[in-house]
Amino acid sequence: MTILLFLVLLLAYVSGMLLPLCFPGRPHIQNVIAHGSASVACGMGIVLGLVGLLASEPLVWFLPSSIPLLTFSLRLDALSAFFVLTISLVGLAVSVFASGYVREFYGRIPVSLLGFLYNGFLLSMLLVVMADNAFFFLIVWELMSLLSYFLVVSEHEKPDVRFAGLFYLIMTHVGTAFILVTFLMFYQETGSFAFEAFRSADQSLPEGLRTLVFWTALIGLGTKAGIVPLHVWLPYAHPAAPSHVSALMSGVMIKTAIYGLLRVYFDFLGGPFPWWWGFVVLLVGTVSALLGVMYALMEHDLKSLLAFHSVENIGIILMGIGTGMVFYAYDMPHLAALGIIAGLYHTINHAVFKALLFMGAGSLLYATHTRNMEEYGGLLRRMPWTGLFFLIGAVSISALPPTNGFVSEWLVFQGLFLSLELPSLFLKFMLPIAAALLALTGALALACFVKAFGISFLALPRSSHARKALEVPVPMRVGMGFLAGLCLVLGLGPAVVVPLLDRVSEPFAGISIAGRVFEMGGWTLAPVSGAFSSLSTPVLAIILAGLTGLGWGLAYVLGGKGKTRFYKTWGCGLNVTARMEYTATGFVQPIKRVFSTIYQPTVKLETEFLEESHYFAKRRHFEFSIEPIFLKYLYHPILDFFSTLADRSRVIQGGNLSLYLAYIFMTLVFLLMVMG
Amino acid sequence: MSAIDFLLIILQILLVLGLSPLIVGVIRRVKAHLQCRHGANVFQPYSDLAKLFRKEPMISTTASWIFPATPYILFSSTLAASLLVPTIIAPMPLNFAGNIIALVYLLALGTFFLMLAGLDAGSAFGGMGSSREAIVASLTEPALILSLVAVALTAGSANISAIVYKTALLQGIVLDPPPHLMALVALFIITLAETGRVPVDNPATHLELTMIHEAMILEYSGRYLALVEWAAGMKLMIFLTLLANIFAPWGIATTLSPSGLGLGLVVFMGKVVGLAIVVGVFECMFAKLRLFRVTELLGAAFILSLLALVFFYILRV
Repeated sequence: MTILLFLVLLLAYVSGMLLPLCFPGRPHIQNVIAHGSASVACGMGIVLGLVGLLASEPLVWFLPSSIPLLTFSLRLDALSAFFVLTISLVGLAVSVFASGYVREFYGRIPVSLLGFLYNGFLLSMLLVVMADNAFFFLIVWELMSLLSYFLVVSEHEKPDVRFAGLFYLIMTHVGTAFILVTFLMFYQETGSFAFEAFRSADQSLPEGLRTLVFWTALIGLGTKAGIVPLHVWLPYAHPAAPSHVSALMSGVMIKTAIYGLLRVYFDFLGGPFPWWWGFVVLLVGTVSALLGVMYALMEHDLKSLLAFHSVENIGIILMGIGTGMVFYAYDMPHLAALGIIAGLYHTINHAVFKALLFMGAGSLLYATHTRNMEEYGGLLRRMPWTGLFFLIGAVSISALPPTNGFVSEWLVFQGLFLSLELPSLFLKFMLPIAAALLALTGALALACFVKAFGISFLALPRSSHARKALEVPVPMRVGMGFLAGLCLVLGLGPAVVVPLLDRVSEPFAGISIAGRVFEMGGWTLAPVSGAFSSLSTPVLAIILAGLTGLGWGLAYVLGGKGKTRFYKTWGCGLNVTARMEYTATGFVQPIKRVFSTIYQPTVKLETEFLEESHYFAKRRHFEFSIEPIFLKYLYHPILDFFSTLADRSRVIQGGNLSLYLAYIFMTLVFLLMVMG
Repeated sequence: MSAIDFLLIILQILLVLGLSPLIVGVIRRVKAHLQCRHGANVFQPYSDLAKLFRKEPMISTTASWIFPATPYILFSSTLAASLLVPTIIAPMPLNFAGNIIALVYLLALGTFFLMLAGLDAGSAFGGMGSSREAIVASLTEPALILSLVAVALTAGSANISAIVYKTALLQGIVLDPPPHLMALVALFIITLAETGRVPVDNPATHLELTMIHEAMILEYSGRYLALVEWAAGMKLMIFLTLLANIFAPWGIATTLSPSGLGLGLVVFMGKVVGLAIVVGVFECMFAKLRLFRVTELLGAAFILSLLALVFFYILRV
């Protein structure tokens, strides 16, 4: 039955890839077929994910191939099913959105090609999380990277898009190389590329090799996830793609790396591992979260800002998982499960609100044809629906109650607080500090989204683009509305979500905590030790609604009906214009100044004075940039090293054919000698 | 939940709504007294609120629906946060609904919308206020959470009611003066910053060089201003209650009895009014700091809460 469902899903994706090619020159039909099939396939994916989550045994499908070591084997266990569900939920909303958004590209980019890549990209992500053979995994992983690369360079006539694409391509292959090494180490021990063999090898791996696997997996998968300092490609590549693709890349593609990390650490390596693994993951997560949000604050290109927030949220996810790993290392399965569940909860939450926000940014781009926030303004009046959905996304990502971001961050906090039960004094100090840094991250994210929403949607339009903006077509609004609703549902329904996530973490932590995290019949989330802390978002939502009513009632009783007067804003005697408003740059200036150690800002102010007097300026030129620390101190030295090396080795390049033949001969002789 | 629980919740709402303007009045009176002015009656804020509610509100034509919606959101989120903080009885009936994180983030919800409202009217003053509030809020939040965690560890619970209850009965906790004192000082500094008091902000000024909170709400009038002011008073009361009941909960009712509640009310009034006087005195003793010097003060609060944590563990080794 399930295999039938999967085959129909496969068929839907393949027809979404190929059918549009049969209608050349009819972009609208291509668009409808491509994104219609993708929506159907995602609908199937949601069902498949739920079936997989609720199934008691993993579902396994197997197709042998003539290539040695490669089998097309798929396995749908709870972890895979959770990611299938996440990809499909977001994919459904994005596909509906895309059917409206792609109209933008009619006549510019072949829609059939875009549809082919889009469907292929979604399918490859599904296969990545379901693959059960390392060889097959690498093939679909590479497919996912390449298809997303082609999508990133959709608008390849722009030089910065080409640069972003190239950067992405190189970085993602560096990552793939590390993943390959990881799998080769398993292969060396087990003689097989089947994940099943990896799984059974967990205990037999020598200690040194396990440590090596830990690092290569962290680097390889971390490159895709965008952890600091491997995140540098992400803020270039994600914004360069068409917005619906950005939504998928930021929302779900980087989560496949989280899938990979959980798979390798808990499933393959299994067994007890040293506590410092968890600490390293936690540290990487904390640093990524904090630096991600700090760089996001300085971005005034809305899509780059969101891309940096992906770095931040991947960090928060890793904080949850890292906490879980620490507890796992100390054999505290309940708390380990709590950490993993917190990480997974944030995974789906981030997928939902980040895709929503990227679609919002796409809608703004669609309506105004600019990504620069300083040219937005006043859009809430012109685009009320987009504005409302973006606001819900902003509230969720700022982790404000009662939305979904709050619940998962709350869970991460609980894991960090419960460090008081750890035996190690060092960790007892470090985990609460991580909690404080998470609080700082949260507060800065809040400031960043006040900026993103306030400057874009409120006050007066700052440019003619914004003044003429119109609300986006219905399919785009439907896509955003679906995810906005999901933000609230996931926020109010931990009672439903946590037991599902518990099924994912149970095989890893070795214990089910679904029965221990709820009180009052599911209304209250009270993780592990009930007396320690508890949370009830539904009750908080009811209280908030009730008290808003009370406030309204008090205003009515104490003030009567009363008229309201509407008048222009007071501007010290002048008419307020858009030029007087606070800009995005101005808004974050205090933050830039306080954290100048991290930003190392350079400000260039050139003034051309009038000839008559030095008190009056003819024109001023202001330029401001922040130091890209990682590029400057980490990547450029490496690049310089390799280009110097290449320069040096140019000596041996004679340009003479017989010389090259001699080189080949010499290599051959050398190899024969070594082998002999 | 039983009927008694509902009564207690309503009692708490009435207490917070009713008492918060008085605290504002007391601080103003203390400041006036120390500045050799006669000053207004301590009940003046009540009259102010009543007057504001009756006045015709004015809304900028530039503003969107965020602007009129914000006061209601701010009012409800602040009042909801106050339901998590025990005043005259512990544990609170809504103890289960949230812990210290929920408290901090409920307050942040109001701040988020207030910052948006500051930007909404399009005036530079509002933007300036929002921008400054953003940095102050960002720096206080980690210190606030860390100081509350330090206390939560001693009580073995992160629910505020549980912390207060256990401390009041000295049940299952060890009172270490050093960490408690450090967390207390940290929380006091945070209180001054979060509620917009000197030396971080000055609630009595409308000078663009200095104002933070007042700049954000500059465009508000009528009933909207009344709600914002009332919410600000409630926030002040929440922080003073935290200071009073986390560090010295004694006198609070731990069981449900009329006499216990009565005693709790009297003791609570005494503690909060006492703290209000201390805040007033502090406001007169210090000058307002420049915005970029505030970071040092808040950094000190952060370090103090960190030290509280360190000492908590070290004293146990």
